[in-house]
Amino acid sequence: MADNTHSKPVHHREFEKKQHREEMKQQVLTFALMILFTLIAFGMVIMEVNSYFIIPTLIILAVVQVAFQLYYFMHMKNKGHDMVALMMYGGAAVALLTIITFTSIIWW
Amino acid sequence: MSSEDVLNPKHMPHDPEKATLEGKNKFIGFWFFLGGETVLFASLFGTYLALNGSTQGENTPEHLFGLELVFIMTMLLLTSSLTSVYAMYHMKNQDFKKMQIWLGITVVLGLGFLGMEIYEFYHYIHHYEFTFRSSAFGSAFYTLVGFHGGHVLFGLCWIVSLMLRNQKRGLNLYNAPKFYIASLYWHFIDVVWVFIFTVVYLMGKVG
Repeated sequence: MADNTHSKPVHHREFEKKQHREEMKQQVLTFALMILFTLIAFGMVIMEVNSYFIIPTLIILAVVQVAFQLYYFMHMKNKGHDMVALMMYGGAAVALLTIITFTSIIWW
Repeated sequence: MSSEDVLNPKHMPHDPEKATLEGKNKFIGFWFFLGGETVLFASLFGTYLALNGSTQGENTPEHLFGLELVFIMTMLLLTSSLTSVYAMYHMKNQDFKKMQIWLGITVVLGLGFLGMEIYEFYHYIHHYEFTFRSSAFGSAFYTLVGFHGGHVLFGLCWIVSLMLRNQKRGLNLYNAPKFYIASLYWHFIDVVWVFIFTVVYLMGKVG
């Protein structure tokens, strides 16, 4: 076992802390955007925006919000998440097929 | 060097949750599980979307749901997602106490969410006589939303037991992956909730 974890220079640790702070700032910004999307979605329904596009818009708002959650809160934007992306996109693809099958063939 | 020393280095590495092989395995295995959970919830969403028109009497989605309660629940869960991000931020800075405090806030917010969900179900059952057996819509609704609530309950028990078990140990390379993965689970619960409030409540109100 190398001894390098014991002798990390102080300035390096300061650099890491700064990095963490930067990431935290992005995450707080992400949170603000997620709140905004939620407000828009609820607002549209409460104000009874009567439009053909309201359901697609609601779904797009949800998908964007979930992408923020996955990429920023769950760190999928960081390095070393290739397998993670494969599993989540694989899961999402099967999920979509499942929903299409259930709503079109099984219980129509 | 004993394994005890390896797991408790003087200075934690940059990614304490992925510094050991066990941590790496937990990380990849847990994301595999989340991919599977996505499909599991998709089957419940598919069932709900197919059956939410099969109502009985006046108990339709439009008539039942109140958006005020759902809005507060959404805000609670979304905020608890941010507080668990703060917990992981302090974990990376090796500040165990602050991490515990933020995890504690996460748990309180999660409990608030769960309490409101139980009240919601109670309200439907006692004031509208809308139960699991009332209609196909009822079965699909309680299965989907109740399964999510079950995940919230499990997540709460998980985080609380991690906090209690490691209270006196402090943070090391053995338990850092455990905390990290519990926080991933908590975020995933919020991911599912975003689709529930959109598909079940908002789209139910639009009709």
